[in-house]
Amino acid sequence: MLDDLDRRLLRLLQADPARSVPDLADATGLTAARVTRRIDRMRNDRIIQGSHAVINWTALGYAVSVSLRITLDKTVSRAFDDFIAAARAVPEVIEIQTFLGRVDVRLSLIAKDLPDYQRIYREQVLPLPHIADIEALMTVGSVKSDESLPL
Amino acid sequence: MTLDDLDHAILRALSANADQSTTQLAQKMGLSQPATWRRIRRLQDSGVIAGRRLVLDAEKVGFGVTVFLGVKLATKGRVSLEDFERAVGAIPEVQTVDHVLGLYDYRLRVVARDLADFERVLRRRIMTMPGVGDVEANVLLSEERRPGPI
Repeated sequence: MLDDLDRRLLRLLQADPARSVPDLADATGLTAARVTRRIDRMRNDRIIQGSHAVINWTALGYAVSVSLRITLDKTVSRAFDDFIAAARAVPEVIEIQTFLGRVDVRLSLIAKDLPDYQRIYREQVLPLPHIADIEALMTVGSVKSDESLPL
Repeated sequence: MTLDDLDHAILRALSANADQSTTQLAQKMGLSQPATWRRIRRLQDSGVIAGRRLVLDAEKVGFGVTVFLGVKLATKGRVSLEDFERAVGAIPEVQTVDHVLGLYDYRLRVVARDLADFERVLRRRIMTMPGVGDVEANVLLSEERRPGPI
């Protein structure tokens, strides 16, 4: 279980994953050895799973970002597995989520521009197996994207 | 900005794991440490690498429920989008806010301790926002991030 100090360390690391141990020690009033021990423990318990670089796709020329909300044909028993396996093969798909609700699966798709999106949508998305319905939400702007947890 | 194969390889490696040191990365790429460092710096300076994100197990830190919300504003034109965005962005449980075009006006990613906690966030914080109309909630069951076209 996490105590207040663990949560404090996680908050600091969430804000800046590159923050050094001496810096974290200063901010929490712990010794560097204790900070290291706590962080190591949270890594071993897989509470901290690592970190990854956030890619700005717009800077790489992918100006279009679309959220595809998909309903699957649930009369097919392997619909989810087949669909997800096939969606993984589309390079422009950057997120795959499954849901309980009106939507079964959501794909985050990026494209260079609208003609590129149309091409990917027709040639790679529509042929994905067991689709019953698709709705597209086009992202106009990202208001908040830090994804931090309110620890 | 144009990237060569090595830039792509570095980007792929860092987007999978940003914990590795420049030395480790250089070794993998077969580059010198300073050359690797220069390439990473260039990717950061040009904004291609927008930052670094800590990956936590949400469930293990007490957030068992993630919900994607589609929100439609009821009184467009009368409510300022900026006001809505500022207010919704300030809710700690709201992780992402995207302004979208289509069936909904905004897409939110919301975390909560459990479904009862989610109901509290939804009723007390989100439904009380100025101008909120139709809201559709889908509870996240599984999620995977893909490397993307790099």
